[in-house]
Formats: sequence, structure tokens, C-alpha cells
Amino acid sequence: MIDIDLSMVNWARAQFALTAMYHWLFVPLTLGLSFLCAFFESIYVHTKNKQWRAITKFWMTLFGINFAIGVATGIILEFEFGTNWSNYSWIVGDIFGAPLAIEGIFAFFLEATFFAVMFFGWNRVSEKFHLFSTWMVAIGSNLSAVWILVANGWMQNPVGMIFNPDTARFEMDNFAQVVFNPVAVSKFIHTSSSGFLFASLFVLTISCWYLIKDRHIQMAKRSIVVASVFGLLSSSFVVFTGDESAFLVAQKQPMKLAAIEGLYKGRTNAPIIAAGILNSDKKPGDNQDPFLVKVKIPYLLSLLANRTLNSFVPGIDDLVYGNEEQKIESVASKIVKGKAAIKDLEMFKQAQKEKNSSKTEILLASFRKNQEYMGYGYLNKPEEAIPPVAIPYYAFHIMVALGTLFPVIFTVFLFYALKNLLTKKRWLLPIGLISGFLGLLAQQSGWVVAEVGRQPWAINGLLPVKMAATNLAAKNVQITFFMFLVLFTILLIAEITIMLKQISIGPEEGR
Amino acid sequence: MISNFDYATLQQLWWIICSIVGALFLFLTFVQGGQTILWQVAKTELEKSLVVTSLGRKWKMPFTTLVLFGGALFAAFPKFYATSFGGAYWVWMLILFSFIIQAVSYEYRKKPNNLLGETVYELFLFINGSIGILLIGAAVGTFYTGSNFTLDLYNRVSWDYTLLGINLRGLEAAFSLFNLSLGIFLVFNARILGALYLLNNIDFSLTPHLESRLRKGTWNNFLIALPFLLYVFISILFMKGFSVDGNGIVSLVSSKYLSNLLAMPYLMILLLAGIILVLYGVLSSSFKKSTMGIWFSGFGTIFVGLVVLCLPAFNNTAFYPSKLDLQSSLTIFNASSSMYTLTTMTYVALGIPIVLAYVIYVWKLMDSKKLTAKEVIEEESY
Repeated sequence: MIDIDLSMVNWARAQFALTAMYHWLFVPLTLGLSFLCAFFESIYVHTKNKQWRAITKFWMTLFGINFAIGVATGIILEFEFGTNWSNYSWIVGDIFGAPLAIEGIFAFFLEATFFAVMFFGWNRVSEKFHLFSTWMVAIGSNLSAVWILVANGWMQNPVGMIFNPDTARFEMDNFAQVVFNPVAVSKFIHTSSSGFLFASLFVLTISCWYLIKDRHIQMAKRSIVVASVFGLLSSSFVVFTGDESAFLVAQKQPMKLAAIEGLYKGRTNAPIIAAGILNSDKKPGDNQDPFLVKVKIPYLLSLLANRTLNSFVPGIDDLVYGNEEQKIESVASKIVKGKAAIKDLEMFKQAQKEKNSSKTEILLASFRKNQEYMGYGYLNKPEEAIPPVAIPYYAFHIMVALGTLFPVIFTVFLFYALKNLLTKKRWLLPIGLISGFLGLLAQQSGWVVAEVGRQPWAINGLLPVKMAATNLAAKNVQITFFMFLVLFTILLIAEITIMLKQISIGPEEGR
Repeated sequence: MISNFDYATLQQLWWIICSIVGALFLFLTFVQGGQTILWQVAKTELEKSLVVTSLGRKWKMPFTTLVLFGGALFAAFPKFYATSFGGAYWVWMLILFSFIIQAVSYEYRKKPNNLLGETVYELFLFINGSIGILLIGAAVGTFYTGSNFTLDLYNRVSWDYTLLGINLRGLEAAFSLFNLSLGIFLVFNARILGALYLLNNIDFSLTPHLESRLRKGTWNNFLIALPFLLYVFISILFMKGFSVDGNGIVSLVSSKYLSNLLAMPYLMILLLAGIILVLYGVLSSSFKKSTMGIWFSGFGTIFVGLVVLCLPAFNNTAFYPSKLDLQSSLTIFNASSSMYTLTTMTYVALGIPIVLAYVIYVWKLMDSKKLTAKEVIEEESY
């Protein structure tokens, strides 16, 4: 058995969480604001009204400031798979590397090429070509999201591949299945539309600030109209794909669903927890109530998970300790089979080295019987298969609550904007002002649900995170963790101070 | 047609594709080179603005190409990706840090309330162009000199090079004279390209001194780069190389890279053509009034880069050799993705000419007029 430095694994986990969360402060804004800039510029080109040009340039300035730090924090993520997760890179590089390469070829170059035109081409290219370039930057940014989410979707729901015992790694055998993986498709639509939603909230926040200060009123009102329409449309996609995502989680990652709902004992007609406080003393397998306080909605979890009211939704206990009635195998049983598969694979590799073909065939046949459980063979006890519960539970409920609130905010703003009453309804403006911050909270919560809920797996059910790490002393990762923490924090502060200054300067004068 | 390619053809094709991307990156390091000559050639605020704005319009190109280089290696040669990035940890981490600080510097440098001040962002650009490129050169140098890793039965990498009890995890690459020379050469070559690009891109009617400094700088940087280039090439011709026999056994063979060059005369032609083009670009810009030097030296750099990346990989050679355990060395054939993935990625790569076409079109469109002082004063600038 291979020795794993768990301290290194946890530092590498922390580093990935840190860098991904920093990166995700900026990316959703890029995804949405790029399209909003394209909308504003399209209106300008259509109406020839110079104020729309000023509006476009103002939001483009903020887009540029945000874009730069998004790029800076993004480069490390791709290479971190190699530096901190080299075992992962080798075992699944055959599948996982392809979307990253395609992202580079088709998305990043689109962004990089037309970005220069978008910012410096106002007097160098025709008006129409400039508008085309702005649209290309928006499409390029979102195309990049497609490919990275194909890669992430595959981690949550590995499809289109086989395990090759000769190389002891997973290899792609169906590219279309990888690209059109239902989890990836749903994830892309959910993530990009939530990016549009967040960018709309960002525009709302800054526009409300101007209205509160009685500055740039016309620009703020116009921006709010466009952002509210875009935000409202995006919200409907977010809700629709959120439901689809939850359904897919229930089918493909039932443990994640159980964790985000704090569901320990599975049941038919399962209610959903609308709100509740978890009991921190609760342990898997005991009889304590998982909640100190809860508000539940009957039947809704069964409906969400299986699309029928009276269906069974497994809880953490069912999934870990098994449930004969529901034909759910225990993790303990899977561990036994997984360890047998690992042993067979080791002996197979040894027999291959010794060029003993008859032994190789027998061992291969034996390995094939248990190979689907191989990932479980690296777990030491059944409870290791349970992700942290509290973090994804609270993150999920925050995300859902905010996701329900946002369409209401957009509807109210759109209504009063169309009635031209925004400056009179001053009570509304502070709500708009804080909405962007709530959007950021929802964004971060979403990724916490996705990634913390995926633990302990790097590849769901196949490769535990601890087996994915590089054979590296923990101190190396500790040092780079703090280097990133310090550097990214400095850059974040710089970004905020620059952005605040540009907002305070306002349209036209900003450079 | 692609579906008829055999595995070995696909593996070689993908090494060539990765090498082309790598060579294009070396050309695009004119941005990094330009960053390191900023303080030397730009003496006034206007000159600085011209230089930074000119480079700033292209900064995403080398950055994106580097990311693509990483992505292409990940997809096509995952064992290399895992071994090199996971093994030579600190070299890659420092390279990445230098690119992180570059990415914000153009946008933030002149913005009010930028927290760190203009000089710090310029220092970031300098670090990216000097240390970043030097370490990339040192990392490429290990294709010839080897690295200190072993791979176990499951291809997990162990790295073993300690100094004062500390495992340097790849930093030792910069201690090899050959690797260091290659790195220094790349830094100065990037500075030459940077000067040539600026000569091509800027209208010097209000800043004639900037032009003369750039022309002088081209020649001076060439003089510094030359001994390192000569040392690298003489070493390559006479050093031992990591040869692979028919059974996949790796051994050290004298003058392996010289014999590779002789066995692959097209690489020798490419190398000579590359050197002549670089030289012509430098001479025509240093001693005549040419502004086209960037294209000659740029294509020359691409040709030389292709040779540097292909020479240690073809003709039965291990491209990522291990000094600790020769049999752990990586070859095009043992480090690649499966045939299915390479075939799929080859179909995907058919889109690359389209990407190149629109990059060239937009580049030409944006650079059809030279960058003027009026433009950086009155319009958008960095």
C-alpha cells in the first residue's frame, strides 16, 4: 500500500479551496458583466446615443479591473492539478486534460484576441467590429466556463471512460459522453446563469449607490433596467437548473444530497428542510435528532430527488451502513471488495513485470470482478465516505434562500424602474446596494456545496482525494499556501480600492 | 484520415503540436522582454506610457499561450505533466507566481488608488520578464540535462535532490550551467524581441530618443545573449544524451543530440534558418532603420524553439530524462495519452488554423496604425 502524507493532502485541499474561492470572487462577474457590456454597447450602436457609449465604457472599465485579477488567480488552478495533485493528473489526465486543452485553444484565445480590441479599438476599428469584439469576449469567457465545467462535471459524475489495468489509470473511450455528461450540462447552465445573475446584482449595487448619492442618475436608471431584465431572465434559469442539479445529485451523488439536507435516516415521502440548526453532537449511526430546530416542507425532498412524492431518499446511515430493504450496499462491504481489487491489481502488475501471462490473465479476471469498488479500497473505515455535513448543509440553504430572493429583487426593481419611480422609492435603494454582496455569498456557497459535498472523492466513487495528491512534503504546500494567501489578499485589496475609486469617479472621467 | 493514424504517429504529431505552441510562446515573450527593458529605454512618462501601452495590448498572448502549452501537455502527455509539475514543484510554482503578478500589473499600474504604487507594478513586470523567463529556460534545459526523479509501479513521482537537508524539488535545475545559460539566453532573446516589437509598433515622431535607445538596446542585448547561445549549442553538440533502445531501455550515449541533428537534417536546416533570421532581424534593426526586425527575429525564434523542443524528443530519445533512474525517463511513447484521446484531440486541433487566422487578422487590424503619443495621452492607455 502506498504511504500517503495526510498533512500534505489537507494542505493541498486548503490551497485548492483558497485559490478556487479567490478565483470565484471574480469569474462570475466576468461571465455576466461581459454580456452586460455587450448589451449596453449594442444599445449604443443601435441608438447612437452617446450616453449609452459612456455607460458601456464605464462598465467596461470595471470589467477590465475585475478581468485582470480573474486571469491572475485562474492560471494557478490549471497548474495546481499538476503541482499538488500529480497522481490525479496521471490517473485521469487522459480524460481531464482534454477539456482544459480545448478551453485554451478555443476560449482563452477568443478572449485574449478580442479583449485588446474591446479596450483599445474604439478608434482603430469600425463601430460594428468593436461591438463584435465585445460580444466575442463575452462568448469567449463563457466558452471557457463550458470546458472547465465539463471537467468538473466529470469529477462529479465520471462517464465515457474505462480503467486500463496495464497503465493503472482511467482512459477516455467516449468523448461525446464526457462533453454531454448531464451533470456537466446542468452545471454549466446553472453556473453561467448564476454568473449573469451576480453581474446584474453588481450593476444594481453600484447603480443604487449612485441613486442614493444623487449622482449619474440617468446612467444608473438605464443600467438598472438592463440589469433587472437580464437578472430576472438569468434567475429563472438558475432556479430551473438548480432543480435539475439537485435531481442529478440525488441520482449520482446521493451522499452529497444527504449531507446538504442533513438527512441521516432515509425515508419515503421525505420532507425537505426549509431551515434548521444542526445538532453538532450528532454522529452517523446514533439515534440523536440531527437538528436542534427545523422547519420542514413535507414530501418535497422525495419530489426533488426522484420526481415522485412517495419515493425513498437514502440518508447518510443507509448509504454508509447499508439498507437491505432498499438494496443499498454498505461501505464496509465495498471497502472489502475494493481492497481485493487493489491487491489483484498489484499482483497483476507484478505478474506483468515477471512476464507471467497465465497468472496475468487470472489476476485480471479477478480484478475485473471488483474493479468498480477500487476507490473504496483506499478508505480505512466506512465513515470516511461521509463528507463534512455542516458546511455543505448551511452553504446549500444559504444558496437556495438567496436564489429565491433574487428574482423578487429584480422584479421589484424592474417594476419601479419602468414606472420611473426609483428615485422616489428610497427605501428600495439600500436593498439594491447590498444585493451584490448577497450575490457573492450565494456564489461562494454554491461552490462550497459542490466541492465540500464531493468529499472524500476526487473522482466520485473512484478516486479518493488522498490518493490524488503529489508525493510531496507538506511544508512545500504550506509555504505556497501562505504565499497565495498573502499575494491574493493584497491583489484583492488593490482591486477593491481601484474599483471604488473608479466608481467614485463615475462614467466619462474614469481611466 | 485522422482515424487511420497509428498510435506512434499520433504521439509524434502531438509532440510537434506541443513544440509549436512552446515555440510560439518563445516568440511571444517579446512582451516579457519588453517589460525588462522598460526602465532602460523609457526615460520620460510619455515614453513609459508608449512602451507599457504597446506591450499591454499584447500581454494576454504569451499568457494564454503558456496556459495552452500546459493544457496541451496535460491532455497529450499527462505523465510528463504529472511528473514535471508535481516533481519540479518549486520551479513551476515560481514561474506561475511571476505570471500571476504580471496579469494584474498592466491594468492596475496607472489606476488611482492602486495600493502598491506604479513602481511596484513595474517591478512585477520586470520579475515576470526576468525570473519567470529564466526559470522557463532552466526547466526546458532539463530536457537535455535530466532531472532528479524516480517513478514507482504506479508512476507516482519521487524527487530527490537535497541541499543543506532541503529537498529542492526542481530548483536545482537553475544551478546547472547549461540550464542557467539557456535561461539567460531566453531572457536576453526576449529583450531583443521586445525592443524589435516596440520599434515596429510605436510612432517615434515625438520620442526619437526612445527609438535610438531601442535600436542600441537590440544590439547590446544580442551581444550579451550570444555567448550563452554559443555555450548552449556547443554543449548540446557534445553532451551525453538519453537514448532509448528498441526495448525501451534508456542509456546515456555520447553526442546523442549531435547524432539526432545529423539524423534529422530538417531540424538542422530549421536551426540554421532560425539563427540567420534572428541575426538578420537584429542587424537590420540595430544598424539600419528597419522596423520589421521583429518578424525576422520572431520567426527565427520560433524555428530555433522548435529545434530545441524536438531535438531531445525524437530519434529514440527520452525527452524528460531522469538522472536518478534512467528507466524512469519519459519518452513520447511512454508518457502520452491513450490513442483514443490523441485521436480526439487531433480532430479538435483542426480548429487551430481558424484560431490562428482570427488572431492574425485582429493583430493586423489593431496594428495597422502605429501607436502615437496623442493616442496614449488622449485615449485608453496603460
